[in-house]
Amino acid sequence: MKRLLVLGAGTAGTMVVNKLRPLLARDEWTITVVDQDDDHLYQPGLLFIPFGSYSPGEVVKPRRNQLRPGVALVLGEIDVVRPDESTVRLADGRELAYDYLVIATGTTPRPDQTPGMMGAEWRQSVFDFYTLEGANALAEKLATWEGGRLVVHITEMPIKCPPAPLEFAFLADSFFEERGMRDRVDITYVTPLDGAFTKPVASRLLNGMLEERRIRLEPDFIIERVDDEAKSIVSYDEREIPFDLLVTVPLNMGADYVARSGMGDELNYVPVDKHTFLSAHWDNVFAIGDASDIPTSKAGSVAHFAVDVFTGNFLQHIRGEEMSGHFDGHANCFVESGAGRAMLIDFNYDLEPLPGKYPFPVVGPLTLLAERRMNHWGKLMFKWIYWHALLPGRRLPVPTSMSMTGKEVVTTTTTEKERV
Amino acid sequence: MSLATIADREVHVDAEGFMTEYDEWTEELALTLAANIGIELTDAHRKVIRFLRDDYRSQGETPTLRRVTTVGGIPTKELFNLFPKKPAKKMAYIAGLPKPAGCV
Repeated sequence: MKRLLVLGAGTAGTMVVNKLRPLLARDEWTITVVDQDDDHLYQPGLLFIPFGSYSPGEVVKPRRNQLRPGVALVLGEIDVVRPDESTVRLADGRELAYDYLVIATGTTPRPDQTPGMMGAEWRQSVFDFYTLEGANALAEKLATWEGGRLVVHITEMPIKCPPAPLEFAFLADSFFEERGMRDRVDITYVTPLDGAFTKPVASRLLNGMLEERRIRLEPDFIIERVDDEAKSIVSYDEREIPFDLLVTVPLNMGADYVARSGMGDELNYVPVDKHTFLSAHWDNVFAIGDASDIPTSKAGSVAHFAVDVFTGNFLQHIRGEEMSGHFDGHANCFVESGAGRAMLIDFNYDLEPLPGKYPFPVVGPLTLLAERRMNHWGKLMFKWIYWHALLPGRRLPVPTSMSMTGKEVVTTTTTEKERV
Repeated sequence: MSLATIADREVHVDAEGFMTEYDEWTEELALTLAANIGIELTDAHRKVIRFLRDDYRSQGETPTLRRVTTVGGIPTKELFNLFPKKPAKKMAYIAGLPKPAGCV
């Protein structure tokens, strides 16, 4: 029997095992997936919890219920991978041997990595929303908050779901507006990037959307520490931004066992070939989803498109054939813009988000790079798709590689960006 | 991409003036590049630039601030002192490397 071992039963890991199980003969292959708990979190739902529009029960389901029959789930904390011996040791001493390993343990917010972030103000006036506990605590805070200076902050790129902090700012604007207290809230959006987003066309549009909503943009802000006595964030170049409520996206890092195993880069991401996901060092190790170092968004949509390519590649690789699948870095994200509208952006390694229609050129029905009610419904509908089609590994009617058909090419006269 | 003349030499640069050909860079060019953005190179600067050049050669991309700090062993605070305001961009500019890709 050959053994496929997958570390992490999140979005990427679950899709990998569910796609591969029907393709690997049961009498030839065992498939085992390891996770530290049995709670599968629908991460896109976290954004809505602080504003009371989703309840915690809607976003968590047992991991084992998402796995196809014939996939074994092992619950336990991973201590170390020994890639030269093809074994994984768990913290309780169990040893798992593999023929092929897929690392899919994602990325995690690490507030402990910024001095002062987890100080006396943590979950008092300093919140994260990328964890269920953080999102719930923030919901409680917002329910009674009377206004003041709200600072929405990104510590460092890359982060999971890069538009989420922007969406948070847009939804907050709309939330305070609806409660008739927008005038009592001053919103600042603080980012290490030089604008609202990295890709020029989308960034220009999003900068404009911040401005329309009277949300101040503080770019190029590299945080040194949170001063929890003065209640401000301080940058390396000594700018100080005071807050009454700080909603931060802490530094994101891959799992610590990756570092302990000597398999990661400085943020514990596993270096892989960006088109095939095969480890740069070991011929029987892949990393997929947020856990890898590929230079695109850390997002479920990327994991979905990536797993489509990975599945075919894996089958070729185990037969000793050349891998013919070539991932193009395709990502798309809904960007909630508040008041029941959303935008949709679609991009890859080489092409930035452009206006057009999705998933079908010209007819859509979703509109790219523009605020539409339909896009918001698309985002809400996605929760159903996630549990019932995406995780089980069913084919979705959207192309894996990005299409340029029906997109309007916008020429970017490189916005005379400030001299270096 | 276009050609620019820096210190009497023709080099390839992008729209923002970042050099695009690794091998066209020289130590003398770095002096001029640094002067362009108001920096006078010291040994401390050169140590950083050398790390960036070596790291780019082995990794194929411009290192992030974090990488210069954790792998290169130079504290972030010092990078801000040496290359005020926008160290990641300024270091890459002087080292003749592509502008660091802000990960999406």
